[in-house]
Amino acid sequence: MSTPVRFGPYGGRYVPETVIPALDELTAAYERLRGDPGFQAQLAELLKNFVGRPTPLYLAERLGARLGGPRVYLKREDLAHTGAHKINNTVGQLLLAVEMGKRRIIAETGAGQHGVATATSAALFGLPCAIYMGEKDIARQELNVVRMKLLGAEVIPVASGSRTLKDAMNDAIRDWVTNVSDTYYVIGSVAGPAPYPAIVRYFQSVIGHEAREQILAAENRFPTELIACVGGGSNAMGLFSAFLDEDVRLTGVEAAGEGLDTGKHGASIERGRRGVLHGSLSYVLQDAYGQILEAHSISAGLDYPGVGPEHSFLHDEGRVRYDSVTDREALNAFTLLSGVEGIIPALESAHAIAYLVKHADRFSRDDLVIVNLSGRGDKDVHQAARVLGMIS
Amino acid sequence: MSRLEQLFRERQKKSLLMPYITGGYPTVHECRHLLEAFIAGGADMIEMGVPFSDPLADGPVVQASTQKALDEGVTPDDVLAIAAGFSGRLPVVLLVYYNCVFAYGQERFAAAAAAAGVAGLIVPDLPVDEADEFINICRSRGLDPVLLVAPTSTAERIRMIAAQASGFIYCVSVAGVTGARTSLSDQLPDFLGRVRAVTSAPLAVGFGVSTPEQAAMVAEHADGVIIGSKLISMVADAGDIDIAVKAVESFLSQVNEVIK
Repeated sequence: MSTPVRFGPYGGRYVPETVIPALDELTAAYERLRGDPGFQAQLAELLKNFVGRPTPLYLAERLGARLGGPRVYLKREDLAHTGAHKINNTVGQLLLAVEMGKRRIIAETGAGQHGVATATSAALFGLPCAIYMGEKDIARQELNVVRMKLLGAEVIPVASGSRTLKDAMNDAIRDWVTNVSDTYYVIGSVAGPAPYPAIVRYFQSVIGHEAREQILAAENRFPTELIACVGGGSNAMGLFSAFLDEDVRLTGVEAAGEGLDTGKHGASIERGRRGVLHGSLSYVLQDAYGQILEAHSISAGLDYPGVGPEHSFLHDEGRVRYDSVTDREALNAFTLLSGVEGIIPALESAHAIAYLVKHADRFSRDDLVIVNLSGRGDKDVHQAARVLGMIS
Repeated sequence: MSRLEQLFRERQKKSLLMPYITGGYPTVHECRHLLEAFIAGGADMIEMGVPFSDPLADGPVVQASTQKALDEGVTPDDVLAIAAGFSGRLPVVLLVYYNCVFAYGQERFAAAAAAAGVAGLIVPDLPVDEADEFINICRSRGLDPVLLVAPTSTAERIRMIAAQASGFIYCVSVAGVTGARTSLSDQLPDFLGRVRAVTSAPLAVGFGVSTPEQAAMVAEHADGVIIGSKLISMVADAGDIDIAVKAVESFLSQVNEVIK
């Protein structure tokens, strides 16, 4: 099976010529290894014994009762090693890197979850690793910065532009262009030039495959709706991918930040226009001249002015419905889930919970909902406590 | 024959001097002074960048200049206006990231560039595989779509690029982003040889050329020498536009002497 370069009009490879041969090389290696039983066995072993898969599908009865209706299951990606779904992709890509003979690993990170997952996977394979991270994110995700350093990675602060994920990705691409012969670039979302969106979707599709099996075992029917947060969109693509052909409602939740009309948000699909960012054509927050705008979200992982190209396609097709919740709504959900279920969610995942809370009246007792709890909230506790006035 | 093809074909020099400036840097007004210095210093062609918020093919020096220009409020229309003021004197080629072209509208941007007398467009993040529509639009407006080849380009890709090339081929001297380098790759002659083997198009070399000695070395093998980051550093370091203009003119004159 060939790897898609485009999803409808979206995707493509809008990067300097210098790295195009490396993208061809990556595509060839991925296509060869995906069908290789040895590779699949290695991947399965790592996902089971290193990552800790399968992650549970947990029936959140008290949350469901609080919402007065639906049966709500949480796909517990927060229980995966390193505390988020990001590790599914990084162990897979590290296996690719090793098979391709690459000697150095680089990545960008926003909230730090992908950086931690990449640093962890690089440590597992004994490869040196550099993580690009915006200065603004370094300040608000101190815990993850320390974790990456403990794992042996070099954390390179990025001071250009908005000093967040977008700029970290620019610098990671620049590093890759410069060191392309021996360096493997681990992209953390279903974004970037082809074949990355397809590769990341593939490694994250384990979320959807497990959830499908688990919900059928538990309920003997398909869910009525899946809900996942969308920054670049890898946890959502991972969950949705196993249900695209079923009669299941799919909802992606973007960051409305301080409100869609304030200009301070990360809702690329709802408020962006078609454009090219980081190597692919997709919906992008930009001004009339195509200058990329700063995104805003309380959650560093959703603070990104673009979105994976397949999401743009699924939006246009009407297959996935995209909505958004504000920083405040996400914080309320963060507090709610902590108190009601004993689960502190990542602020990113709290957006998916917040959507469910906000639209509780739309769900009936017959509804069966899976929310992707993409990560745990330890990294966000300090920031949330400050915003909530628990500490100064 | 296009204006760029003619420029290379009728040249009296070993290699053409092709300085780069970010359009509207440090300000629209001061940028015009710098372009005058380019001409006085012996430039054969002007390469001017359209400032973009996320220039991922550029190193820190060009990035800082595009940010400064954006902070000054410089738009693609401003850059086109600057180009229009010089295109009657020297060929002007614009370097523009694809999203700026896309947002403007490919047809509309090509029409505006042609109206400003621009000779060609370089889009560093639009590889030949993605460029069919863009290339056709440029040609229909009499613009040369200038394509890039890199040291990592395979023989097959060099052939693909050469088949679509017009004006000249922009040869990236090293794998990397723009920026001055203390030494150029000793593999440059070999790389240019691989490109020459499949095309008769003129070859210009950019990325990393920062001294007259390097320019002289490049001129032994290439038809054009592109200098960018070095000039922008000189402007940034000068702090004063009059000093910058003199320094740029003097530097370009030195380079021009050794690449003749």
